Amino acid sequence: MGGRVNEDLIKERRKCTFDIKELTHIIDCGEENTIKRKQIDNYILNIKELWDDVPEEYLSHKERYENAIKKAFIVLKVLRQLHTGNIQITDHRTPTNVYSIQDGIFRNVNPLLIHIGLFWSTIAAQASTEQQAEWLQPDSSMIGTYVQTELGHGSFIRGIETTATYDSTTDEFILHTPRLSAYKWWPGGLGNTANACLVMAQLYINGTCHGLHIFLAQIRDFDTHKPLPGIKVGEIGPKMGFNTADNGFLGFDNHRIPRTNMLMKNVQVLRDGTYVKPKHDKLTYGSMLLTRVTLISDLAYQLSKAATIAVRYSAVRRQSPIKSNEPERQILDFVSQQHKLFITIASSHVYRVVGLWMWNSHKRVTADIHEGNMGQLPELHALACCLKAISSRDASALVEQCRLACGGHGYMMASNLPQIYAYTTAAVTYEGEYTVLLLQTARYLVKFWRLAAEHKPLPQNFAYFEDYIKKNFEQWRNSPEGIIEGFKAIVAGKTKAAYDTLQCNLRNGREFEEAWNMASVQLTNASEAYARSLLCEVFWKETVQLSTKVSKSLAIVLEQLAELYLMYWALEKHGDLLLYSTISRNDIEALQSRYEELLALIRPNAVGLVDAFDIRDEVLCSTLGAYDGRVYERMMEEASKSPLNEDVVNESFHKYIRPVTMKNKL
Amino acid sequence: MAKVNVDLQRERDSCSFNITELTHWIDGGVQKTEERKKREEMALKEGIHLEPVPSVYLSHKEKYELAVKKACLLFKMIRKLQEEENAGMENYLAVLGGNLGAAILGDGNPLTLHYVMFIPTIMGQGTVEQQAYWIGRAFNLDIIGTYAQTELGHGTFVRGLETTATYDASTKEFVLNSPTLTAYKWWPGGLAHTANYCIVMAQLYTKGKCHGIHAFIVQLREEETHMPVRGIKVGEIGAKLGMNGTNNGFLGFDNVRIPRDHMLMKNSKVLEDGTYVNAPSSKLAYGTMMFVRVMLVNDMCKYMAKAVTIAVRYSAVRRQSQPKPDEPEPQIIDYLTQQHKLLVGIASVHAFRMSADWLWLMYNNVTAELDAGDMERLPELHALSCCLKAVSTDDAAQCVERCRLACGGHGYMLSSNLPLTYGLVTAACTYEGENTVMLLQTARYLVKAWQQAAAGNTLPPTVSYLGELRAGRRSPPWDNTIEGIVKGFHMVASGKIGICVAQIEKRQKNGMSYEDAWNMTSVQLASASEAHCRAFLLSIYYKDNEKQVATVSPELRIVLQQLCDLYIVYWALQRIGDLLRFTSISERDIEQLQNWYEDLLVKVRPNAVGLVDAFDIRDEILNSALGAYDGRAYERLMEEAMKSPLNAEPVNQSFHKYLKPLMQGKL
Repeated sequence: MGGRVNEDLIKERRKCTFDIKELTHIIDCGEENTIKRKQIDNYILNIKELWDDVPEEYLSHKERYENAIKKAFIVLKVLRQLHTGNIQITDHRTPTNVYSIQDGIFRNVNPLLIHIGLFWSTIAAQASTEQQAEWLQPDSSMIGTYVQTELGHGSFIRGIETTATYDSTTDEFILHTPRLSAYKWWPGGLGNTANACLVMAQLYINGTCHGLHIFLAQIRDFDTHKPLPGIKVGEIGPKMGFNTADNGFLGFDNHRIPRTNMLMKNVQVLRDGTYVKPKHDKLTYGSMLLTRVTLISDLAYQLSKAATIAVRYSAVRRQSPIKSNEPERQILDFVSQQHKLFITIASSHVYRVVGLWMWNSHKRVTADIHEGNMGQLPELHALACCLKAISSRDASALVEQCRLACGGHGYMMASNLPQIYAYTTAAVTYEGEYTVLLLQTARYLVKFWRLAAEHKPLPQNFAYFEDYIKKNFEQWRNSPEGIIEGFKAIVAGKTKAAYDTLQCNLRNGREFEEAWNMASVQLTNASEAYARSLLCEVFWKETVQLSTKVSKSLAIVLEQLAELYLMYWALEKHGDLLLYSTISRNDIEALQSRYEELLALIRPNAVGLVDAFDIRDEVLCSTLGAYDGRVYERMMEEASKSPLNEDVVNESFHKYIRPVTMKNKL
Repeated sequence: MAKVNVDLQRERDSCSFNITELTHWIDGGVQKTEERKKREEMALKEGIHLEPVPSVYLSHKEKYELAVKKACLLFKMIRKLQEEENAGMENYLAVLGGNLGAAILGDGNPLTLHYVMFIPTIMGQGTVEQQAYWIGRAFNLDIIGTYAQTELGHGTFVRGLETTATYDASTKEFVLNSPTLTAYKWWPGGLAHTANYCIVMAQLYTKGKCHGIHAFIVQLREEETHMPVRGIKVGEIGAKLGMNGTNNGFLGFDNVRIPRDHMLMKNSKVLEDGTYVNAPSSKLAYGTMMFVRVMLVNDMCKYMAKAVTIAVRYSAVRRQSQPKPDEPEPQIIDYLTQQHKLLVGIASVHAFRMSADWLWLMYNNVTAELDAGDMERLPELHALSCCLKAVSTDDAAQCVERCRLACGGHGYMLSSNLPLTYGLVTAACTYEGENTVMLLQTARYLVKAWQQAAAGNTLPPTVSYLGELRAGRRSPPWDNTIEGIVKGFHMVASGKIGICVAQIEKRQKNGMSYEDAWNMTSVQLASASEAHCRAFLLSIYYKDNEKQVATVSPELRIVLQQLCDLYIVYWALQRIGDLLRFTSISERDIEQLQNWYEDLLVKVRPNAVGLVDAFDIRDEILNSALGAYDGRAYERLMEEAMKSPLNAEPVNQSFHKYLKPLMQGKL
């Protein structure tokens, strides 16, 4: 672990009132996972080729790709060994920190991410038994990716323009890109890595369009890797983050593939061109839903990284005395700093808990679907949409808050906070854009509000709509339960406001789409409120339940964190509470005082809480956040790795500076 | 130029006002517009901004080398122009701040601090003799300087700096030292490999006594060879989120000796025998810092204008979804949610521009008063510049990010230029005074003002509302107009400050020291300070807009008033909680505000493209595939992608090195 641990951090760790390991095991979903994670860490950390001599932020764009791809194939081989050749592990997507070491190796994204994940799992889910037998071979030559979005088409997938036209004379599909905006754009691994891909395209048979279907297309020669005739493929250029992901573009010029390359588990095209419909048209969206669910857990992990870095740094950094005759204080002692950081710790737990809760719901619903029961799918879809939107928005805002809380030093790449932000903020727009998703959930809310307004029976989880209409308001309580009730009132109040606007627009003669659009700012507000109430309720209930199963000292801290989360959001949304609940102005002042009290209560355990995330230095990759707190030493060490520092005098002095400064003497 | 996208053309054709008129209004007159255009043409026609391979593809080291090359060419060109035209500072200022500079050196300029800090500090703090000796050489670029203040362990709290300058009377020299690692200078732009001189802020020791922070000129590198001078350890601090062209450096001193007359002695002096002569006022040194903050607010407007131009034009070109059957996908700017994200951005540019102008005027007045020995308004200026710095950088960062996210995934591409713009803007949230620290500085002033009002004293203009509102404690009926909202924001600020004061007093009564009570209340104090700044912004925008639209054409006047209304109603809706707490606004009023807001979005919508066109930002300055004037967004995205060195070869070498061996089971 290198040098001595910083004195202030030692003191902080001594102050911790709970057993850090106990919390770590909870975070890992059991001690056995903690052990497994550490085994994998150690195994992979022993592979020297995986560690960079020159940090990747100093490389050129091209070198970065080449460096990442080198590491990706080593990791792929290791994963194969660990899973004895079976890379199509479907449980690979279970929310887990077991493989988190990859975050440290790539600093960014594994260019084979989609190959390892979505490519194989989509084949497993959507290809017929025969297709699976043919394609899912351990010695397959395919390096694949999943290709959906186009230059001109993103969240609205029905707008996709790529066509797959069936030619019954040759028993083939012809894949074609009719115009520039139809070029596939964004898929990871597509630029230079993949030789095959699953393509989403509009299926045409005898001039009739049957909508989007998935086709397996080879795009590069397996032997030479050269693009096949009729394929135009390349990378899309540098981005804010994800620069090792090899995002690519792809165009087809009448590219032919066999009929049997359409994924045919749920839907078929027969030899004569007969189209056999799927039993349920929502089946194709399964993998998108799953991605949104797992994303929540991933964001929780990113938050824990940011919180670890910012809290440890704030314990080490000293700035300004609080009283003029004192030495400078740890910045963690400033309440304004605690305000920025503790909510991040709490939010990481929220998204971990809610991510797991959603994962379990998803498992249950999927099992139901296999038995032919689709009843729960719309609810799961509505939950996943708003939670994906709000979790990505929260996470990126909080990561940025942590970065800014580290002052200028957070701006250094060596803090790793800029990279975590770039990674996190990408999730706001990918896999369904933020606002589009909120509006999806809003449709669901409006549906139930309509039922309530028409006094029709409501499902149990929307019973509070009825209470709101009947003005069955409870007396405000300044407690977690009271806040949860308050948040439900906000959902009802905001849904009502949006619904009323919608109805008013309709009454004024607008078409539904237009009326919906005119109400959409309010609709997104309702949807956001719904997500927040879910987060508060699930987190509080799960925490209370968990508290009965853990040691007393830990239970206290967990409940403080959960309460902090609720108080924080009650204060953030006090305007909505004043509007829609029975809270008073005095209640708000009391909440504010309680919130400040909680900050003070959590303060002594702050470092212990982030230590419990148990993110090793090689994963954290941060000069500011390392376990030993040797912040300044590490900053200097990292700076010395800059290739610019190898030469005392850079050659540009002779080329450009000297001719300017020495003009009179030359 | 290629054909303009038909959707954009239609937007322009339907604009209800004269775009050129608005451009002139923004620039401050026809003549100012012409001057700006001439300057832009002059700076861009040489082609210094052009890059054979876009710098985003280069390695960190190559990026620096390109930045130095461009910076040297740029200032050589300007110097030539100065000689030809015998012009003032305008040419320098134009390329050092704001848009034109960023067009040529997109990710920071290693020579900026030479002009922005090195030369001005010598002018402000050097004696006449010192100025005579240094300024000419610096302007002529015989030497390249920078300004080193922050240290590895010390930032915003300037008194905590550790670097020492100890006077040795026997040799009449100062000895500079970095006593610890945390004392290393860290961050100054151009310090790493570019500058050969530097202004160093250090604790002055003479005759065994510390006299606090003073400025010294130190040679870092030999003028001939550029080798570091003995005792100097200098290098770069590494890669950052943005500004990778600025060449930020570190600097350590090991008993580096400089002559006595290298201390800047306009205010304080050290005599030959080591006697320290105190400055007339320690507050004078704040001048440069305040100047920079005032300039920053201006820069933030320019960055917001850029971001919102890109996002609005792209939103007019991009089509998505299908609300009505059998109709083409609508332009995304037709979505109310998109208008909600973008239109307030346009208004923000105007709001902050007016506050920046106001602050600039006050700065000049106060500086003139200072020269006459009058310091009365200095604390007020300081308080205002602190909170405006914080709120403008914070708002601008959020505005740029909101614009980026409103462009969906494509906003994430560097070729959109939105990520790079964000990198430049968010940096300002922590440099030149961290934002929370800034807000708390203003809060100190506000608490004092509150106490003065309580004691019955009259208050300076920008806080006079505290006295007025304290006097009439009862909430007057809510007035749901723009004027009423502005008044409401003053009540919010006043109410928040009042609660903070009460909280602090209560905590003191419970036995806390004043400092601890202050700390415990600091979350609320920062929020009160923000509320004060928000009230200031709204009221200046409202008042100055009223004044300034009097002279424009009726068509333009309507639009400018709509924008101002939009901004103020937007903020009222953002702050309904505060308004509910501190005014007598009702749920019904809020519903009406929401409808009013939505109505304004619809009204401003048809002029959105015209409004951003009026910012008149050239494509070379915008530098965005998504935001170019012609709207060829997809073509440009593809063209930019094709510049990638990775796309120059059909098969990357890594295939043969890793992929093929793996497939053949040999890896």
